[in-house]
Amino acid sequence: MSFPWAKHYEPKNPVMQWVDSRLPLPRFVYNAVGAGYPVPRNLNYWWNFGVLAGVALVCQLITGIVLAMHFHSSAAGAFDSVNVGIMRDVNAGWFLRFAHANGASMFFVVIYIHMFRGLYYGSYKAPREMVWLLGVVIFLLLMATAFMGYVLPWGQMSFWGAQVITGFFSAIPVVGDWVRVWLLGGYAPDDAALNRFFSLHYLLPFVIAGAVILHIWALHIPGSSNPTGVEVKGEQDTVPFHPYYTAKDGLGVVVFLILFSVLIFFAPDYLGHPDNYIPANPLSTPAHIVPEWYFWPFYAILRAFTADFILPAKLWGVLAMFGSILLLFFLPWLDKSPVRSGSYRPMYKVAFWVLVADVLVLGYCGGSPAEPLYVILSQIAAAYYFAHFLIIVPIISHLETPKPLPGSITEAVLAKTGA
Amino acid sequence: MAIKADLAGPENPRRRDYLQYAAVSVAAVGAGVVVFPLVNSMNPSADVLAQSSTEVDLSKIEPGQAIKTSFRKQPLFVRNLTPKEIAEADAVPVSALRDPQTLEQRTAKGHTNWLITLGVCTHLGCVPLGAGEGENRGPFGGYFCPCHGSAYDTAGRIRQGPAPKNLEVPKYNINGAIAVVG
Amino acid sequence: MTSLFIKSIKFLVGGGFILVLLIALAGSVWGVINEPAAETAEHAMHKHPKELKLASDGPLGKFDLRQLQRGFLVYKEVCAACHSLNLVSFRNLKDLGYTDPEVKKIAKDWAVKQPVFDEKGGTWGERDNVPSDRFPKVYYPGTGTPPDLSLITKARHDGAAYVHSLLTGYNEKPSAEALKHFPEFAKTPDGMHFNPYFANLNIAMPPPLTQDGQVQYSDGTRATVDQMSTDVAAFLVWTAEPTLQTRRTAGWAVLAFLIVLGFLTYGAYRSVWAGVKH
Repeated sequence: MSFPWAKHYEPKNPVMQWVDSRLPLPRFVYNAVGAGYPVPRNLNYWWNFGVLAGVALVCQLITGIVLAMHFHSSAAGAFDSVNVGIMRDVNAGWFLRFAHANGASMFFVVIYIHMFRGLYYGSYKAPREMVWLLGVVIFLLLMATAFMGYVLPWGQMSFWGAQVITGFFSAIPVVGDWVRVWLLGGYAPDDAALNRFFSLHYLLPFVIAGAVILHIWALHIPGSSNPTGVEVKGEQDTVPFHPYYTAKDGLGVVVFLILFSVLIFFAPDYLGHPDNYIPANPLSTPAHIVPEWYFWPFYAILRAFTADFILPAKLWGVLAMFGSILLLFFLPWLDKSPVRSGSYRPMYKVAFWVLVADVLVLGYCGGSPAEPLYVILSQIAAAYYFAHFLIIVPIISHLETPKPLPGSITEAVLAKTGA
Repeated sequence: MAIKADLAGPENPRRRDYLQYAAVSVAAVGAGVVVFPLVNSMNPSADVLAQSSTEVDLSKIEPGQAIKTSFRKQPLFVRNLTPKEIAEADAVPVSALRDPQTLEQRTAKGHTNWLITLGVCTHLGCVPLGAGEGENRGPFGGYFCPCHGSAYDTAGRIRQGPAPKNLEVPKYNINGAIAVVG
Repeated sequence: MTSLFIKSIKFLVGGGFILVLLIALAGSVWGVINEPAAETAEHAMHKHPKELKLASDGPLGKFDLRQLQRGFLVYKEVCAACHSLNLVSFRNLKDLGYTDPEVKKIAKDWAVKQPVFDEKGGTWGERDNVPSDRFPKVYYPGTGTPPDLSLITKARHDGAAYVHSLLTGYNEKPSAEALKHFPEFAKTPDGMHFNPYFANLNIAMPPPLTQDGQVQYSDGTRATVDQMSTDVAAFLVWTAEPTLQTRRTAGWAVLAFLIVLGFLTYGAYRSVWAGVKH
């Protein structure tokens, strides 16, 4: 990117000089996360969550690869390979399994906070639209990976979750059933589906890693945004990434690991569902099929559509569920306000917090049985969700009078801390 | 400018860096400690270790008979040597052997008639003949490997053919009529 | 014209979804008003498990090995006739404090034998169990499918308490109030038994623990129905996760380390940013 005051990589160590002159990786690292990358000095802790997502990805990759050494991807062998082999016999297998299962939850906690940070501070606005688009792609890949991963232990929820999610595809008119059978390699989730989910579950995280590299590269062109939303004007607005943000991110990682450890070692099944400790039984449907908590808001949107209107209700539900994520792609063009940060947008700020509450309500409904109270709540909450992005935010961006922006980051910092 | 001055180097670099070095070192130790269970998970799991020793009931094996069984998922030959076979083995001058060992060295103390060896040819790993009824025991009356012609004697020692070593004798204990191998 | 259309797509799409949702909402509200969902029998009569305190509870909990051995005895004498424990291996019983010879004997004497396939005859035979075997599966010919108990305390909400309440709950009949609304519950169908702790209220399993002293404990503990139920629940907590204690011990060590590291990292962060306005 074009920060003329950025430090240049000048290796003193002869080994580093030798390597860098033949393969410029050392200077690449220096310019990306080292002292050669200027970052606004006023980033708050909401900016830690990108790195934490990277840490979560690495944790999942490492625990996942080791788990794959012990997993049997067959309908007959999967449940036992996890619940006997890995949990009881493999050295530290219980740790690997609980770390991987809870690591997925931690990944989503971090990603949702990261996304909401983006929504509040307008990180998706020009010139960072590409960062946002790549982020939505990563989110979709993550959801696919998590869904397939949950199927692998072949418990009751694994099987029936697969049955329900692949059932969506049969809602597609004309080709729906054929697509569903093609995805499963059969007429119901069985060996064919399990094996291919295992293959893809192993593959997709590496695709995610590639997308993350593009995501960070796209970010480093304009550089990071900041809580004021005012762009960097000069050297005094920034500090080098190393050591300032390596230290701050290091602290964030330790806090992340503490929360992660509490889950793994003291509440490993808390976020899971007891039914997944029952081996899959295609002849017996669980009383309440629910996905993992991180899918609950989308599940609520899916189940909110209970009325036919031109199209069948089931198809509306599927369209809305996918639509609720796909609309995120258009956000940079839905919100036309020239002001980035929600801190200076009083109307948008209110709408933002209503959205947060709305998503929490949707989540609560998604995890509840499909009883009238929860259905009604999810219908109202889903209506607000679509209204927020497609109607309210565009209108706010035209009507709103933003608060006066600081002239620069430095000005904001000095105002806050006293010159 | 006020802030530029703030970016200037610390007054006491040694004292400020100490905490940073400490944090990084402790984190590195932590990372090292985490690596251990990951690597250890690749070691044999408890179910594999539980099958790491095999019991053989010797009471069913008559002198001159042998059985084929399995030890750590590999073939195991358990033979009850006749006095004639023992004498044959002892008569061979050890210096003439490719892999010099006496029968006594290859059997348990006081149980020289029990020859317990892996059924894996030390050449390239085929399963030699001779343990089953009517199988070809080769020119030296022990075991014979059909793959490349290695011939073992009554003590399971290599006498002819490309195999470099005698048939491997695993660790075992004989308690009464039970041999515990491994 | 097209630019206006493109600009208004968001309103059309948003409006479309909202319209369908409002139609659905109207339908739901209409449904609640006109045909309010009748209370189900399960909702009226199902009871949540009574609280159960075990030695292994809580972040500092430890297995009570004597209780686990008593629980294993209850499983062996009462439950094993119909319920498998297939995820557990005989050698795991060493965790309960049994010696190698004791484990060998338990395995050898186990009533259900290990199936063995005869390659020569093409038939299934059987052999005695050895410690390295898993508890062989039990096949129950009667009504219902007795679930494998290895993971039962994890496969049910509040599993240990559920097991205990279920085993001691057969005496709790439907209240007079409930019978007024659901008179069909006055008589339980043949072969079924009413138990309010079971999700579907009528369970195919007859009460397995009917009298005190059904099992002879060797450590002097009185084998009341409540005691036997508690002991077998404790045992099943162990079968569901034998590494429970290791997990918590490791957890305390990891947390202690991370908290120390947390202080160091915080200090490093403060020292890096000292004097730098942000």
